Amino acid sequence: MSVYSKPVTFAILSVAVILVGTIITVIIPMMMPSTQPVSDYIKPYTAVELEGRDIYIREGCNNCHTQTVRPIRTEVARYGEYSKPEEFAYDRPFLWGSRRTGLDLNRVGGKYPDSWHYKHMNSPQSMFPRSNMPAYAWLARKELCTDCAFRKVSVLGYGYSEDEVRAQMNEYKARVTSQDYGSAAIRNEVTPEKLQGSLTEMDALVAYLQKLGRDVKEVQKMGSVPVAEASPTAAQAGNPFEGDKAAIEAGNKLFQTNCAVCHNADGKGHIGPDLTDEEWKYGENDSDIFSSISGGRPEGMPPFGPNIGEDDIWKVIAFIRSLGK
Amino acid sequence: MSNNGYDYTAVRGFALSALFWLIIGLVVGLWLAAEMLWPALNFAPWIAFGRLRVVHTNGLAFGFALAAIFSCSYYMLQRLTGTPIVFPRLARFHLLLFNVAIALAALSLFAGMNTSKEYAELEWPLDVVVVIMWVIFAVNVFATLIKRSEKQMYISLWYTIAMTVAVAVLYIVNNLAIPVNWTKSYSIFAGANDANVQWWYGHNAVGFVFTVPILAMFYYFLPKSTNLPIYSHRLSIVSFWSLVFAYLWTGAHHLMLTPLPEWIQTVAIAFSIFLIVPSWGSVINGYYTMQGNWDQMRNNYLVKFFIFGITFYGLQVIQGPTQGLRTLTSFFHYTDWVVGHVHMGTMGWVSMIIAASFYYMVPKMAGREIYSIKLADINFWLILIGQLLYTVTLWIAGIQQGAMWKATNADGSLTYSFIESVAAMYPYWMIRLIGGVIYFIGILVFTYNIWMTLKGTKKTSAEATPQAA
Repeated sequence: MSVYSKPVTFAILSVAVILVGTIITVIIPMMMPSTQPVSDYIKPYTAVELEGRDIYIREGCNNCHTQTVRPIRTEVARYGEYSKPEEFAYDRPFLWGSRRTGLDLNRVGGKYPDSWHYKHMNSPQSMFPRSNMPAYAWLARKELCTDCAFRKVSVLGYGYSEDEVRAQMNEYKARVTSQDYGSAAIRNEVTPEKLQGSLTEMDALVAYLQKLGRDVKEVQKMGSVPVAEASPTAAQAGNPFEGDKAAIEAGNKLFQTNCAVCHNADGKGHIGPDLTDEEWKYGENDSDIFSSISGGRPEGMPPFGPNIGEDDIWKVIAFIRSLGK
Repeated sequence: MSNNGYDYTAVRGFALSALFWLIIGLVVGLWLAAEMLWPALNFAPWIAFGRLRVVHTNGLAFGFALAAIFSCSYYMLQRLTGTPIVFPRLARFHLLLFNVAIALAALSLFAGMNTSKEYAELEWPLDVVVVIMWVIFAVNVFATLIKRSEKQMYISLWYTIAMTVAVAVLYIVNNLAIPVNWTKSYSIFAGANDANVQWWYGHNAVGFVFTVPILAMFYYFLPKSTNLPIYSHRLSIVSFWSLVFAYLWTGAHHLMLTPLPEWIQTVAIAFSIFLIVPSWGSVINGYYTMQGNWDQMRNNYLVKFFIFGITFYGLQVIQGPTQGLRTLTSFFHYTDWVVGHVHMGTMGWVSMIIAASFYYMVPKMAGREIYSIKLADINFWLILIGQLLYTVTLWIAGIQQGAMWKATNADGSLTYSFIESVAAMYPYWMIRLIGGVIYFIGILVFTYNIWMTLKGTKKTSAEATPQAA
């Protein structure tokens, strides 16, 4: 009698056959620490960030956003340094995603100020009229439930005590509800008055987004990745497009696509500072402004060097200079 | 009870369940396609894209496809063993439990209770229900097989056994989690391991839900509908074992260029290419079965469903491994190309074979002829045109989006902002929505035709029967 007339034997044989590939490509890698390395530089999520992550999961953000920057030149230019395995040691579940209807988010932490996220989550179309992202304004109208917070970090083995979890929550709440909070104005715009003194679901989600890729950026800062600067010759020669009408027009166009979202169409600022006044936080020379645009600045100015290139940065500067006049 | 003591209650119940969840899943799909164009349609949390997409994928993969698979499995099992189902009341309970589980699944996903792991989004209490339901199914499968009066097990039964054992292993391992409360749990695997387990599961859900049981239907219903024996028994043996062996190695081709160790990615791609061979073994077996009888494409309304279905399967299994190659994945992955790829499999292969199987099985079971061959033909052309419009459009969209993401200026900077690559998609998404509507109308015709056949307004038909017995 062959196996084709013995159903139970057939079933056992089938299981054996499917287990070969399973063991070699899934089970054995699980036994190898190199599959999911753990690094001291990568910290677990705080209780607040974890709540934000759970909201990200609940709303299915992973259906449109990935969280892995691949080692491809254009991808690194668009998003930042490619993803490393150790970054995901505390990710249960992983959230790498499978489709980029929206952008990759693995390097979004620290790229924009919190106010950018509040405004964007409240109404993506107010910042990018052609975006098709759903508005998540209602997240600011829901108080964050923290009842399970300690149980959650315990299940995940993050090692915080119950007091530490409470302290993390209170600390973050104090930060975002304080009048000194840099994004207070926009947070108050999107949060109903009765919740302005509490933690909302949107607060937690912003905390989570700001954590993404943050630790890796810290590691890079400790190394020698410099802020991109104008090449010395260009810095000395000054802006090649100064006063050039066509270049200013081109700069205007670039400004509207890349900068207006935060600095407003007229350059008078909203999320980012006013560019038409006398005050320059990081220096008023052309080469300083070039560095700000090219390499970005802390507190939310993203680096545009890899995206738009040197010539276009000078055109944008020519346009900005034309605003003051 | 029908002739020979076969029990068709569960078969009929699952067939109707399949049609019901098919329509629900497609309405949700159309809504999603519209949301891609008009974000204002995301007007409430429960209907926002992120939650709704999961209802669409689960509703169709498990509500529709799995119900159809249970229906046809209970049918083929009895016919191929020559034995009535051993526990018919258990099968009826299976039917009830299935529909309760799918309804609860839909509700919980609308409510945002989901684990985020693709095609395994259900939270742990429902996972437990699914496992119980699967055991109930397996009990009937093996009890009936052991009691069978037909000595040799036909090809379709091999595939049914493989599905039964493989899905159990895959589903349980990927859903291992530690509960926080009744509606929330965390995967026991972290980071790269979780990703590896998930796509081992995700790809084999395609393998053992969208491929293996559909091949079981193909191997049974094609010869039945045409009265032609399958071309090569030996080819089917080789195809079967190499398919079920190789499938499990390939999940990581969904994770190319991610932080997963490179060797796992490379092994996955090697086995993916190898998989072309057993897959095409079945395609060739299907084509050669028709040798010398290709006139049935015109004269027998069912044959075109089977032949087009297996052809889409054949194209699918070439496209899949190809787009997984590192150079091509770096271009195509994360774009709509992949969405087009999946939908050729589901709208082309899976739903065409299920439609043909129902058209053969339901009249047999009801003891009367199909309500209308003409409607079946309309059904065929509508789902064919709708599917092609949908998939080809998304391939082109994917090529454009991939190219826009990679375009650079002379100085190495990026040519397009991301939002420009989104805005460029709107015309394609409009055509996709139209393709979806055409397909949906085809499915409504299909449902009506099956419903009217079951309702039995027509005892005998003036239309010619395509099959002899």
